[in-house]
Amino acid sequence: MNLRSVLIAVLVTLPLVAVFLRGMRSDPRFVPPAIPGQPAPDFALVRMPMAADEEPSDTIRLADYRGKVVVLNFWASWCVPCRVEHPELVAVAREYRDRDVVFLGILYKDQPGNARAWLNEMGGEVYPTLLDPGSRTAIDYGLTGVPETVIVDPSGTVAFKRIGIVNREMLVREIEPLLAEVVRP
Amino acid sequence: MIRRPSVFALMLVLVMAPAAALAQAEPQDEVELEKLTSAVASQLRCPVCQGLSVEDSPTELARDMRAVVREQLASGKSPEEVKAYFVSKYGEWILLEPKPRGLNLAIYLLPVAALVAGAGLIVRSVRRWTGAPSAGAPES
Repeated sequence: MNLRSVLIAVLVTLPLVAVFLRGMRSDPRFVPPAIPGQPAPDFALVRMPMAADEEPSDTIRLADYRGKVVVLNFWASWCVPCRVEHPELVAVAREYRDRDVVFLGILYKDQPGNARAWLNEMGGEVYPTLLDPGSRTAIDYGLTGVPETVIVDPSGTVAFKRIGIVNREMLVREIEPLLAEVVRP
Repeated sequence: MIRRPSVFALMLVLVMAPAAALAQAEPQDEVELEKLTSAVASQLRCPVCQGLSVEDSPTELARDMRAVVREQLASGKSPEEVKAYFVSKYGEWILLEPKPRGLNLAIYLLPVAALVAGAGLIVRSVRRWTGAPSAGAPES
């Protein structure tokens, strides 16, 4: 085997090894979020009533919150990580209650009864949870699972999307600069 | 007297024929729509699975996505428009077969290049094996 053959073998093998190593390091389940920067898909969803015998009546539209920062959290009572992030979301929702920030939960593949019981167990409803039959809104937001959180800026554009758990620090870091964009009449 | 029933029968046929054709056309359209839905759904990746298409996945999200595909096709969107909708939501990742452009081209070109290089190598080796001894071998 001469030097030229060795060189060719190395040149052919090295890129393959590089591709293999890159593949080993990347998470095959990770989906890069595609919707930040796009107009937030509008929705009109029914609010989940907190009393079991209450008929759903309120319809909440995203368009109604134009001019405010909207935090959308997709969750389910069967989702274990949702249990971890919920207190953080509640804390930030309370912190920004008197400012132009709206928190909305969107229920994903869950029964309202289970969701109600879960919310009661977690300290009660702090912000509305909306029902999404057929996951149409979830698909509109490119949902890959729960929990996922989307932040819509005052102009109605998706500013942030997080696949997985969010915490207070992350939310505040994203909300604060967007609040500066809120135009007060 | 004989003519009356035949005129009536003719009228009945004329009235019923389009209705029967319509009744047959609807299931046929449904079959076509179902075929097209399957074709598009098998090109989309199920976001909660490992290497499964929306068509093949039994998960609820995949079933909902398939329903969206069907609704959009039924509303008159083309398969390309439906795929573009999912790409706008999930990125190109959602397509099981990446579009042949940019770095993606490597996926399509590398196997061909490897095949050509391999064939070249075989031809060269065979020539060397068959050619070298005969050139260098002493004549008997």
